[in-house]
Amino acid sequence: MATTRTKTMLAAFAVGLLTSTAALAGDVRIMWYSDGVEGEVLKDLIGRFMKDNPDIKVTIDNVSYSVVREQLPVQLEAGDGPDIARVTALKALSKHWLDLRPLVADAAYWDTNFGDQADWMRPDGTDQISGFMTQITLTGGFANKTLFEQAGVALPGKDATWDDWAKASKQVAESQQIPFPMALDRSGHRLTAPELAFGANYIGADGKPAPIDEASKAFISKFIGWIEDGTMSKDVWVSAAGSTYRAGADDFINGQVAFYYSGSWQVPNFSTKIGSNFDWVATGSPCGPANCTGMPGGAGLVAIKYTKNPKDVAKVMDYLASEPVVKEFSERTLFLPAHKGVIEKGLDFKTDDAQAKTALGIFVTASTSLADLARKLPGWAWSDTIYGALVTRVSQAAAGEMTLEEAYTRIDADIAAKVKDSAL
Amino acid sequence: MADITRQTSESRTSQSLGEAAMMPVRLAMGVIDAPLRWVQKTFGLGGMAAFFLLPNMLIFGIFVLLPFFINFAYSMTGGSALFLSDRTFVGADQYTRLFDCSNYLAPNTCAEDTFWTAVGNTGWFVILQVTLMIAVSLITALILNRNLMARSFWRAVFFFPVLLSPVVVGLIWKWILQRQGLLNFGLYGFGFDPHVWLNDRNWAFAATVGVSIWAHMGFYTLIILAGLQAIPKDLYEAAEMDGTRAMRVFSRITLPLLMPNLLVVIVLVLIRAVQIFDEVYVLTGGGPGTSTLFVTQYIYETGFAAQLRNPGLAAAASILMGLVLVVLTLMQLGLSRSRDKKGARK
Repeated sequence: MATTRTKTMLAAFAVGLLTSTAALAGDVRIMWYSDGVEGEVLKDLIGRFMKDNPDIKVTIDNVSYSVVREQLPVQLEAGDGPDIARVTALKALSKHWLDLRPLVADAAYWDTNFGDQADWMRPDGTDQISGFMTQITLTGGFANKTLFEQAGVALPGKDATWDDWAKASKQVAESQQIPFPMALDRSGHRLTAPELAFGANYIGADGKPAPIDEASKAFISKFIGWIEDGTMSKDVWVSAAGSTYRAGADDFINGQVAFYYSGSWQVPNFSTKIGSNFDWVATGSPCGPANCTGMPGGAGLVAIKYTKNPKDVAKVMDYLASEPVVKEFSERTLFLPAHKGVIEKGLDFKTDDAQAKTALGIFVTASTSLADLARKLPGWAWSDTIYGALVTRVSQAAAGEMTLEEAYTRIDADIAAKVKDSAL
Repeated sequence: MADITRQTSESRTSQSLGEAAMMPVRLAMGVIDAPLRWVQKTFGLGGMAAFFLLPNMLIFGIFVLLPFFINFAYSMTGGSALFLSDRTFVGADQYTRLFDCSNYLAPNTCAEDTFWTAVGNTGWFVILQVTLMIAVSLITALILNRNLMARSFWRAVFFFPVLLSPVVVGLIWKWILQRQGLLNFGLYGFGFDPHVWLNDRNWAFAATVGVSIWAHMGFYTLIILAGLQAIPKDLYEAAEMDGTRAMRVFSRITLPLLMPNLLVVIVLVLIRAVQIFDEVYVLTGGGPGTSTLFVTQYIYETGFAAQLRNPGLAAAASILMGLVLVVLTLMQLGLSRSRDKKGARK
C-alpha cells in the first residue's frame, strides 16, 4: 500500500516537473535584444496585444545581442529555443524558421509589404514567410560637426571619397587634439561597404565565395595603412581576437573621433546619449572608385519552427507586422521600417531632436543608391562566413601579427575550410 | 535534596530528548541494516567498499567520463550540426588538421594557426603565472603568518578578490587599464604620457598574468597559510636557540614541511592556468590581435562563437587540452608519491 502511494506521489511529481517546463497552450516567448529603446516600445505594444487577446500570454526575454548571436544558434540546433526571436543572422539560420504562410491571416499582405526582404530570411528556393524586418539598417558615416567647425575644416560634400574624409578628419584631429580622426566598427559587414565602393565582388560564378579580389585588397590595404599611421582607430580593431563584434560608438559619443562609420541604428543611440553635447550629422557612405554604396541589413523578427504553439505565434506575428503597429514601432524607436505601406505613407518620427530627424532622412535617401551586390549580400548564405574571416584576419594584420599578403591568403583559406565543412 | 531531585529530573529529560533525537537514526539504521548485511554476506568486505563507492562513481561516470567519451566521439566528426547522429564521421581528420604544421613554433606555418598561437600563449601564460602565483602567494602567506597589526583584516583584504566573479574582475581591470581608464588618468595627473595598455601586445599579456594573480592569490595564500600554521613552533624555537640564520630556517624547516601544501597549490594553479578563460575574455577578448588568445577561448570561439561553428574541431582541441591536464596531474601524483616514499625511508 505504502509502495503504491510512494509510486503515485513520484509519478505526480514527475508529471508536475514535465508540465512546468513544457510550453503551455497560449504561451509565446520572444527572445529580444535592444540597441536603444525598442525593448520598452515592444513591451508596451505586447501589453496592448495581451489585453485584447487574454488567451495568449506573451513573455519577452530581454537578452544581450551576444546571447542572440552565440547562444540562440546552439539552442536552435538542439531543436529548442524561444517561439519568436529578433535576429540578424537571418539567412544562415533560416532552416530553423517556421513557415508562417499557412498560419498568418493574410499571406498576400505579408508578400506585398515585406516581400523585398523575404528572401533574406528563408531557405533558398522556397516561398516561406519566416517573419519580417523590425528595422532596415544601412551602413553610413557620422561626423562630429562641432569638432569640424572648431577646427575650421569644411565637412566633405555629398560625393566625397574615403580619402577626402580621411584627409579632413585628420586635420580636425590634429587641430582638436583627439586620439583618432576616424573609427570603423570591428565588423565584416561594416568593412564590406567600402570594399564594395572600391568595386569588390564576393560571389563566384558557382554561387560560392570568390577568392578575395584586387578591389577588396585595395581598400583593406588602405584601411591597414590608416590604422598604422593613426588615421583610423586601432583600439576598436585590436580589442578582441576572432570575429567578436566591437563598436566604436562610445568613442564618437565621447567626442574622441571626428568621423565614425557605422550605420542607421546608431541614430537613436546618438540622439539619446549625445543630446546637446555637440552637433553631429549623418554623412551617408563615402565613395570609392566604383560607387558610394552602403551595406543594407537589419534585424528581423522570426518565428521558430520548434514552437509548440504555432497558431498563437502567428497571431502575435500578425499583430506586430500590422501597419499601425509597424508605424508606431518605427516612429517611437526611430528605426527605418521595412513595411512598404508605412514607407509610402510616410513617418513622423517621435523625437524633438532635429539632428536625428535629418540623419534618418539622409539614410532613407542613401538607401535608394545601393550597389546591386550590396542588395544581394544580406540574402546570400555565405555572407557571414566572409564577414567572419575578414574581421579575424584584418584585425591580426592591424595588430601587426601578419602581413597583408598573409592575411589575404588566410582569408581565402578560412573561407575555403568553412565551405568544405558545410558540405559534411 | 530538592536540588538533587531537580538535577535527576533534568538529566532524565535530556536523556529522553536525546533518545527522541536518536529515534530517526535508529529507524534508518534498522531499515538499512538488513540490506547491508546481505551485501556483506554476498560480496564480502571488498564488495562493501565498492558498494559505498558506487554513488560517487556513478556521479563521476555520468558527469565526467560520459561527457569525455561524447566529446571524443564529436572530435571524430565534421560539419556544423549539433546532434551526433546528424554529423559525418571523419575519423582523425580534425586531429590531422590541428597537427598540420611545418613548424609548431611558427604558428603561421600551421593550417590552424590560431590554435597553435593559443597553445603558445597558454604555454607562456602557464610558465609565468604559475611561477609568479606561487612566489607571490608564498611571500604573502609568510608575511600574514607573522604577528602583524590587524592581521585578520589583512588576510581578508588578500582574500576578497577571490569572492568576485571573474567577469567583475575583468571589467574592473578593463576600466583601470583602458585608454581613458583610471591608470592613465593617474599617470596624466602626475605629468606622464598615457599609454594604451591593452593595445600593446606585451602589456596586454602582462595584464592577463597580473590580473589572474590578483584575482586568485588569496585562495592559494590561505592554503599555504594553513600549512605554515601546522608547522610545530618548537622546531623554530630549537633553530633560534642554535642561532640558525633565517634563510636556512626557511629552506630547512619551513619549505620542506610546507611541501605537501605547496604541491597541492602547484597542481591547482597549474590546472587553473591551463584553463584560463573568463576574466581574460572580458579584459582583452584575446587581443590585441591574438596575443592573449588562450586554448579555452580558441575552443569556445571554434565551437560556439564563430559564424560557422565547427564543434568537431573544438572537441578535438579540448581532448588535446584534457590530455595535457591528465599528464600534469599524473606528474603531480608521481612527485607526491616519490616524496612520501622518501619520507617513509627517512
